[in-house]
Amino acid sequence: MDNKLQPIVEELQKEFGVTASEYRRDASLVLPAEKIVAACQKMHALGFELLSALTAVDYWPQEQPRFHIVYEFTSVSKNLRLEIRVPVPGINPTVPTVSHIYRGANWRERELWDMFGIKAEGHPDLRRILMPADWEGHPLRKDYPLGYEEPQFTFNFEEINLRKPYAKE
Amino acid sequence: MGVEQKLGNMGVVTTTLEQAVAWSRTNAMWPMLFGLACCAIEMMSAQASHYDMSRFGMELMRPSPRQSDLMIVAGRVSRKMAPVLRRLYDQMPEPKWVISMGDCASCGGVFNNYAIVQGVDEVVPVDVYVAGCPPRPEALIHGVLTLYEKVRGIKFADAQK
Repeated sequence: MDNKLQPIVEELQKEFGVTASEYRRDASLVLPAEKIVAACQKMHALGFELLSALTAVDYWPQEQPRFHIVYEFTSVSKNLRLEIRVPVPGINPTVPTVSHIYRGANWRERELWDMFGIKAEGHPDLRRILMPADWEGHPLRKDYPLGYEEPQFTFNFEEINLRKPYAKE
Repeated sequence: MGVEQKLGNMGVVTTTLEQAVAWSRTNAMWPMLFGLACCAIEMMSAQASHYDMSRFGMELMRPSPRQSDLMIVAGRVSRKMAPVLRRLYDQMPEPKWVISMGDCASCGGVFNNYAIVQGVDEVVPVDVYVAGCPPRPEALIHGVLTLYEKVRGIKFADAQK
């Protein structure tokens, strides 16, 4: 772990009572959802100006926890990175919003809702951001079906051709 | 044998109206300047000096759908782009044709997922499909010439629907 990152991680470990893990010099902490707002405020105060990524991982069919929400903090001034993960269950997954601390989290949390169906509680404008507004389902979930194109071969070409939804003039 | 061979050079050409219309349609078919993905690079290449589609009367790519006869769907069509594509198609004046260029536009290609329309024929009626990922400019030109054959074969009686 980076020498400059070591005291920061120790401070966070003491404050939130968790243990950091390390993989290839990248530190990572796992926090419960109710502590993420306090953690973000702390990270912002520690000089991590940038929330460079806010995304999620779907561990379906595991249900408890099904998702890990991943917050990647970057300190441009100190050249440091730190990751915080928040596990949430599969049924009604919610996480408190951090968009009032990191403004960039606004769109990222909308993407989180759009792609994974994880609600950011207290978000000022929680709408879909990438998919069309009338879209059903959340496409980056593991149980979301793939596409629907049926490969046509010579033996079933006509059969599939009949039920293909061709456009009219 | 036409009347011109009987009567000599009178500065007159006889033809049928169908042939004359087909000649004018195929020799000045203006495609729409409309690239969606990497296939558009090959489409530009087909336009440029090496392949030179202007040999077939296609030197003008029109940036407006109202001035174009041919839509080359060059690339994958995302679900959000599909209504836009249909709207552009509806704005084109009749008669109009569509070439689905590349695997993605024809059948979804490698993108068998939620974001991409699985074949642009769900959105607009396609006349010619060009296979390839992306198709080489020769393939696109072959597709265009195939479309010309189709256009030359159009009979007015069939066009009445």
